[in-house]
Amino acid sequence: MELNELLEISRQERSQAKPIQIRCCTAAGCLSANSQAVKQQLEAVVKAEGWEQEVQVSGVGCMRLCCQGPLVEVERVGVETQEILYEKVTPEDAPAIIETLKGKESNLSVVKLDQPFFTSQMPIVLENSGKVDPERIQSYIATGGYQALYHVLRDLTSVEVVDTISRSGLRGRGGAGYPTGLKWATVAKAKGERKFVICNADEGDPGAFMDRSVLESDPHRVLEGMAIAGYAVGASQGYIYVRAEYPTAIKRLQTAINQAQRLGILGSQIFDSPFDFKIDIRIGAGAYVCGEETALMASIEGKRGVPHPRPPYPAESGLWGHPTLINNVETFANIAPIIRKGAEWFASIGTGKSKGTKVFALAGKILNTGLIEVPMGTSLREIVEKMGGGVPDGGTAKAVQTGGPSGGCIPASAFDTPVDYESLASLGSMMGSGGMIVMDQTTNMVDVARFFMEFCMDESCGKCIPCRVGTVQLHGLLTKISEGKASQADLKLLEELCDMVKNTSLCGLGQSAPNPVFSTLRYFHDEYLALLSAE
Amino acid sequence: MTVKTLTIDGQLVSAREEETVLQAAQEAGVHIPTLCHLEGVGDVGACRLCLVEIAGMNKLLPACVTKVTEGMEVVTNSDRLQNYRRTIIEMLFAEGNHVCSVCVANGNCELQDLAIEMGMDHVRLAYHFPDRKVDLSHDRYGIDHNRCVLCTRCIRVCDEIEGAHTWDMAGRGTKSHVITDLSQPWGTSQTCTSCGKCVNACPTGALFYQGSSVGEMKRDRAKLDFLVTAREKQQWNF
Repeated sequence: MELNELLEISRQERSQAKPIQIRCCTAAGCLSANSQAVKQQLEAVVKAEGWEQEVQVSGVGCMRLCCQGPLVEVERVGVETQEILYEKVTPEDAPAIIETLKGKESNLSVVKLDQPFFTSQMPIVLENSGKVDPERIQSYIATGGYQALYHVLRDLTSVEVVDTISRSGLRGRGGAGYPTGLKWATVAKAKGERKFVICNADEGDPGAFMDRSVLESDPHRVLEGMAIAGYAVGASQGYIYVRAEYPTAIKRLQTAINQAQRLGILGSQIFDSPFDFKIDIRIGAGAYVCGEETALMASIEGKRGVPHPRPPYPAESGLWGHPTLINNVETFANIAPIIRKGAEWFASIGTGKSKGTKVFALAGKILNTGLIEVPMGTSLREIVEKMGGGVPDGGTAKAVQTGGPSGGCIPASAFDTPVDYESLASLGSMMGSGGMIVMDQTTNMVDVARFFMEFCMDESCGKCIPCRVGTVQLHGLLTKISEGKASQADLKLLEELCDMVKNTSLCGLGQSAPNPVFSTLRYFHDEYLALLSAE
Repeated sequence: MTVKTLTIDGQLVSAREEETVLQAAQEAGVHIPTLCHLEGVGDVGACRLCLVEIAGMNKLLPACVTKVTEGMEVVTNSDRLQNYRRTIIEMLFAEGNHVCSVCVANGNCELQDLAIEMGMDHVRLAYHFPDRKVDLSHDRYGIDHNRCVLCTRCIRVCDEIEGAHTWDMAGRGTKSHVITDLSQPWGTSQTCTSCGKCVNACPTGALFYQGSSVGEMKRDRAKLDFLVTAREKQQWNF
């Protein structure tokens, strides 16, 4: 395929667009609220009314405000483009929505699009989410999709690609924030006849659904990022490791891979260049530890998903001993825009050491739950109070939990902190993959710590002793404290064991399992003391 | 072959390029406690007892899988490390049912030795009291899961030396346990060659010869090492 063919697909897709677009969210959240039936009903009504020439009903990805789903957007393309977003739509509402197109008033519930939840967002990763049909490659190509890959293969050397990513300042969105360009450069320089690229889509933090949404809403974006990475590091095979709990994401990824291969965008001699890149899906059974890179690779190799000590790092010895690049879904989703708009553009967004935007899954005791993408450096207060709309029913926020079981709780007094890798780490939490759970005054922080410890205890692979036994001991102590049966000595033992588990565990799961305890002890020590027995 | 010079506990040590910190320390007469490490089979770095401090590194690294580098400064016995090691041993005692007085390996047990070495006279942690099984279905050997510390030595000798891969792991976290074949009774295993290498490799009384009574268990560890050397160098005579 040549560039003009790609542009021709794009042109055709846009010229065939009907003047009225009805987009129905078919990402996981809305699907579970019956949005598939809403979409079918809308299609049926359009057909019955004979409006098929004017109205296009399509299933799209996440439209962010998940708590109000199913969401349906109606857009009239014309002199003045109008967008209306309907919330909590039922299949019975379909005729009323179509009636409004004839100018009739309706009493359907509409989402205000000028509220901070939408206006404070800066979509880069999610720019196509809720706009394109994730099951049609033409829809992605119409937004300029795969042009970055074409440009990379035809005009840039692999060194130039790595350099662009390095200059952009992009850091790994899986949580640890390792410089992406540096990782790519390391794999590119590693010696090996074969190299691999892996997309880590084993998202498993409680309350996190960013990667899932990206995969369900814009799968081609991730494929394009992976192919560019493959070219940059010299790999010809990529794997997407996605958990089995994400069936919609798996289905759409497979569809996307098939479509891209048919067009010659993936597979052999992509865009008639000498570059071959194939992507396969590997489905994980849903073990949290398999998000850890060495365990993930063991799982892809068909072995038991347990981590092994690093070094050697995957960049040197990864899948089957070959140099391997592992990045998270969101990291790959950032690649195409960086290539398209330039490293300087990306580096101009965000803070000193944290560039670009970050997608968060906002959840918990908050008015607006859903997906947000904000520039790095946005304050927690802006996210929780303005965008999230604060705690419902007049409550006040007590803390925000970020980073899942590896992260920590940030108290309301620190809400003015800008969200970036360093600031969160200095507060004893971490960016993590982007789960953000808001807690109100009714939340007991010892229970929160106990919940996350229980999660780690269940998800420990059992290979190393500090994690296997330590998490059980810590969970036991936290239970004892929350039941009011613990003494000062137990609290001291809790702290001692946390330190030991953190410093001696084999992989990131054990090393970070005590973090929720550390951070709640740091900011909510009183709550622990109040629960100690008098003796 | 390049030779590297490093210091272990302040002592200057030379080591071959491919050697691990543990090997270099052993050659220099520095003792680093280990449990999952077994001479002759691959290392997994799972027991975390051999963690050492290395100058310039934030993280503690397991000596058994860390390769020596030029100028490396290793500390093997700081108070902090000894504290962690003692806690690890306590955790193992709290996890299974390790009652030495009724164990076949009493007096010949590496876990027991380590507890003595760490000065562990009591366990500060809560006991789990797990409900674990004993499998006596094999003609000659038995396994008491209560005494298993999940070091996976049996799995590795069976896979790497005997080549049978009868043993493997099942379950996760605290439910982890070793299994034979497809988690079936050992006596019904189709792959077990009854070579006894796993029994020889076990550090505790978990794997034992049937008929041995309390304190009778003896093991010939050197045999495993000999087998590996013999295969690699094709020398089968002493």
